[in-house]
Amino acid sequence: MHRIGRARCAVIGAILLAGCNRHQSALAPFGVEADQVRTLTIVLLIGAVIIAGGVALLMQHAIRTPGGRLTLPQGMRLVLWLGAIGPTILLFTLLAASLPLMRPAPVGAADLRIGVEGEQFWWRVTYRPPGQPPVVTANEIRVPVGRTVEFKLSGGDIVHSFWIPGLAGKMDMIPGRTNTLVARPEKPGRYRGVCTEFCGLSHALMAFDVVAMEPAAFDAWLAGQRRPAPAPATGPARRGAQLFAANGCTGCHAIAGTDAASMIGPDLSHIGSRTAIGAGTLPMTRAALTRFIRNAPGVKPGVRMPAYTHLSDADAQAIAAYLEGLK
Amino acid sequence: MKERLTERIRSLRVSLWTLIVPPSVWAAHFLFSYLWAALNCAKVGQFARFPTLFAVGTVLALLVILAAGAIAYVQQATPGDEPPHESGTRVDRLRFIAKSTLLLAGLSFVGVIFTATPVVFLTDCR
Repeated sequence: MHRIGRARCAVIGAILLAGCNRHQSALAPFGVEADQVRTLTIVLLIGAVIIAGGVALLMQHAIRTPGGRLTLPQGMRLVLWLGAIGPTILLFTLLAASLPLMRPAPVGAADLRIGVEGEQFWWRVTYRPPGQPPVVTANEIRVPVGRTVEFKLSGGDIVHSFWIPGLAGKMDMIPGRTNTLVARPEKPGRYRGVCTEFCGLSHALMAFDVVAMEPAAFDAWLAGQRRPAPAPATGPARRGAQLFAANGCTGCHAIAGTDAASMIGPDLSHIGSRTAIGAGTLPMTRAALTRFIRNAPGVKPGVRMPAYTHLSDADAQAIAAYLEGLK
Repeated sequence: MKERLTERIRSLRVSLWTLIVPPSVWAAHFLFSYLWAALNCAKVGQFARFPTLFAVGTVLALLVILAAGAIAYVQQATPGDEPPHESGTRVDRLRFIAKSTLLLAGLSFVGVIFTATPVVFLTDCR
């Protein structure tokens, strides 16, 4: 019995502690919209507690009070006010409090647009700064603080859903349709977003890092992303670049400044500057890259990238060294 | 004058069809809200910018529900049989259906307002 009680405490504690993260929590907002959602959550929670508490008190009063204390008209009046008029006013107040959030934030032609396309199981990200050519990256989203950002969301293959809990509400990504989500990040930092619509075997492994940066740093970063990928600097990296082409990786991946230009898989031009690989699945280390290259379906079930188990460890590590250097 | 009007109202037919007038108006207004928003989205690209037609439709729906509720209010007080009004007599049936209609009218009135508020509040079709 004692053990069951302790296990129960541990489970409840674990569930509660799971909420204590600041990088993927709607209760730790870093954007205006998520902040409003948190405020609304608190308002609705208070409303719910008031209703539940009121009903409990009324029930307790009704059970303890001897019968015949109220005349029929008095009882009817009580039902009318506490059962109909009161709840109507309360619900209308809560509705009125929640409606301003449904009105989308204004967005202008000079604001940054970021196209995000959900694929099984990664994210194609296209930055469209006003008056400049687009920049394509993958699996990581960077946003400037203090500026309005308009996300243009679509599904590349099947329905996905885009949610950065600390930034704004979630929005479905539907093939053939572009949904719009306007957000305004306020606090710089590193956060996390996830896919919130079941999209296949590796749905749970479809996440991405979100980096909110100071505007100047963001502009510099975007300019860096626009540049071609750096040439391999070390011996293993140079061999890795050759192996990358020889093993047909260029058939799916693009690396700016090289012959690799396919858009089937994620753009790898600056993959070395990201903090994770496989859409938030593994950390950006050479060992993890090697593992992913040799057996992507083993890391992410259902992924379209085939396993390259015929590659020797040394070859896979050379390709990993090449990719790691693409900063 | 007032007695004659009351008599006239009490002589109106009461049935299950009159009972469902308020919720039917609520349902029709709900459909109207969706159609109005969808047509505006398709033709203008946004809605609630010129809500004249929507406001007229909403006021009309509220007036019909109010009228049904007012008629039901008069009918549910039709005198005749002794209380409690739970027998299968003509007057008791009338009082029962009228009371139900009155309650449904109240619910439908609030329902129409609850439907109309978000429609007026939102503006774009995203």
